[in-house]
Amino acid sequence: MQSSPSYRRVFLTFARNSLIREMTFRANFLLQCVSSTSWTLMNIGFYIIVFQHTDAIGKTTGWEQSEFFLFLSTTWLINSLVQTFFMPNAQEFSELIRTGNLDFALVKPIDTQFLISFQRVEWSSLSNFVLGIVLLIVSVGQLTTRGQAIVVNGDESRFANEQTISIVDANGTASILEFNDRRSVAGHHPIVIGGGKRTAEQMASAISEAINTLPGAMLTAKVDENRVVLEQDVQIKLDASATALANRRWDLEPLMLVLYPFYVLCGTAILYSVMIGLAATSIWLGRNQSLYNFWFYITNFSRYPMEIYQRSWGWVLWGVFTFVVPVLVVVNVPARLLAQPLNPRHNWEWWLAGFALMATAFSLLLSRKVFQKALLSYRSASS
Amino acid sequence: MYVRVVTWWTILRIGLEERLVYRADFALGTLMRFLPIITQIFLWAAVFETVGGNSVAGYSYENMVAYYLLTMMSRAFSSMPGLASGVATQIRNGEIKKFLIQPVDLIGFMLLNRVAHKLTYYMVAMLPFAGVFYLCRGFFVGGWPPAETLLIYITTLLLGFLLGFFLEMCIGLIGFWFLEVTSLLFVYMLLNFFLSGHMFPLDMLPDWAATIVELFPLKYLAYFPAAVFLGQLEHAEIIRGLWLEIGWLLTFMILSRLMYWYGVKQYSAYGG
Repeated sequence: MQSSPSYRRVFLTFARNSLIREMTFRANFLLQCVSSTSWTLMNIGFYIIVFQHTDAIGKTTGWEQSEFFLFLSTTWLINSLVQTFFMPNAQEFSELIRTGNLDFALVKPIDTQFLISFQRVEWSSLSNFVLGIVLLIVSVGQLTTRGQAIVVNGDESRFANEQTISIVDANGTASILEFNDRRSVAGHHPIVIGGGKRTAEQMASAISEAINTLPGAMLTAKVDENRVVLEQDVQIKLDASATALANRRWDLEPLMLVLYPFYVLCGTAILYSVMIGLAATSIWLGRNQSLYNFWFYITNFSRYPMEIYQRSWGWVLWGVFTFVVPVLVVVNVPARLLAQPLNPRHNWEWWLAGFALMATAFSLLLSRKVFQKALLSYRSASS
Repeated sequence: MYVRVVTWWTILRIGLEERLVYRADFALGTLMRFLPIITQIFLWAAVFETVGGNSVAGYSYENMVAYYLLTMMSRAFSSMPGLASGVATQIRNGEIKKFLIQPVDLIGFMLLNRVAHKLTYYMVAMLPFAGVFYLCRGFFVGGWPPAETLLIYITTLLLGFLLGFFLEMCIGLIGFWFLEVTSLLFVYMLLNFFLSGHMFPLDMLPDWAATIVELFPLKYLAYFPAAVFLGQLEHAEIIRGLWLEIGWLLTFMILSRLMYWYGVKQYSAYGG
C-alpha cells in the first residue's frame, strides 16, 4: 500500500535543506549575492549609458527609458526565478546522468521530473529578484509621475523635456515650439511640462501663452479630463529628434496587478521547459557540458523587446524565437502588458498574450514528453 | 643559448598539441561566441533608427557594429582564460614546486604556453572569424584602414596580448599571499567586461567616467585596438595611448617579476 507523497511538503523540505546548506557558509552566501547582483547592476549601467544617447529603443516602439527599465526589471525577475529554482537542478541533472547517480532518483517513490527539477534551491540568486523588484518600483514610479499629454485633434501626444514640435498654422507657416524645463531658449518661451508637479490647468495656460507668442498664432489650450487639449485645428509635426513622442500617459491598470505576476510565472515556466528539455538531451548525448552556454545564447534573445528583431532578416529570428522556441514571449508579454508602451492597446497585443498562454502550456507538455522519452533511454553508468 | 631555444620550442610544441585535441568543439565554440553580437546588431539598429541619422558618441550604426566585431578580435588576443586561476591553483596545491627545482622559469613557461594556446586558437578560430567578418563586411564602410593604421592596429593587438598576460599573471601570483583568489578574479572580470570597452564603446561614457577609465589599463584590452582600426582616435591620441600602454606593460612585467621573487621567498610549498 503506497500513498502518494505530499509534493508541497517535499518541496518545502528541499527549500529548507538548501537554505540550511547555504547558511552554513554565510560569507560565501553573501559573496554570491554580491556577485550576482553586480552583473545585474552592470547591465543596468550599460542601459543607463545607452539612454544617455537615445530617447528610446526603436522609433515607434514606445520603449523609452522608463518603459525599457520596466522591461529590464521583468527580465531580471524571471531570470532570477529560473536561476533560483531550476538552474542548479538542471546542471546537477547532467551530472547525475554522467555519473549514473540518476538511479537513486529513479527508485524514489516520487515523480522523477519533480525530484530532478526542485531538489535544490539556490537562495542567493533571489538577490537579483529583490533588485528586479526595486527596479520595477522605480520605473513604475517614474512612469506615473512623468510628463502629461497634450491632445491635438483627438490624437494624444506627450511632450517631453527638451523636445521640439513644429506647429503648422492655416497659412502653412511652421513655427517651432520648444519644450523646456526651466530653461529659456532664445526666441522661445520655455514651457514647463512634466514631473507631475504642475496641474493640468497650469500647463494649459502655460502652453497657450507660449503658443500665442508665436506670430499669427491664436490658440487656446484647455483642460479636459486632466489632459491639455488644443482647441483649434492645428497640425503638429513631431521633430525628428523627438522620436518616441507618440507616447501616452501612463496609468497603472488594476488588472495588471494580476496579469503581470501571472505572465512572469508563465515566462518562468517557458524558460524552465526549455532548460529541462535541454538538460534531458544529455541522456542521449552522454554529456552536455555546453548546456549552460547554449542556454545563455538562447535566452540572450529573450532579453530585448521583440520589435528590434522586426526588420529584414530579423523576422526569421523573431519567427523562430516566438513560435518554435517561444523565448521571445517570456519577457515581452508581461513587460508589455505592464509598461504598455503602446496605448491604446493594439489588438495584436492581446493575441500575443493569448499566444503566450498557449505557448506556456505547450512548452510544459512538450518538455514533459521529452523528459519522459529521454528517461526511457537512460542506461545508467559505471557501478 | 641553443639549449634554451630547444626548451622553448618544446614548450611551445607541447602547448600546440595539447590544444589541438578538440578542434571541432573549439571551432563551434568560437562561432557560438558571435551569437550575442546578433542581438547587439538589432539593438543598435533600433537605437540608431531612433536617433535618426545622428551618430552616437561619434559612431555611425555601421561603425558601432564594426566596433563590436573588432572587440571580439581584441579579446581574441588579450583574454587569458584560466591563466590567473591556473597560477593560483598551482601555487595552492604545490605544483609550482617544479619550477623551483627545474631550470625553467615560471613566467617564461606560462608565456610560451599562452603563445601556443593563442596560435592554436587562431588556427582553429580563423575560419569562423573569417566567415563572420566576411558576412559582416558591409559594416566596415571605411574598408581597410591605411597601411600605417593597420600596422599600429596589429601592434596594439600584440601589446594587448602581452598586457593581458602580465596583468592576469600578477593577479594569479597574488595567490602566494592569499590562497583563494576567486573573488578577486571575479571583480577583475567584472571590471574588465565593463571598462575594457567589451560591452560598449568607451566614448559613450560621460566625461567624469571617461577620465576614470583613462586611469585603468583595461581599455587597451578591447577598446583601444578597435578604436584605432575604426579611426576614432586622432593621431596624437593614438601615440599617447601607445606610450601609456607600453608603460602599463612594463609596469606589470616588472611587478610580476617582483611578485614572483618575493612570493617564492615566503612560499611554504604545501601539498605534493
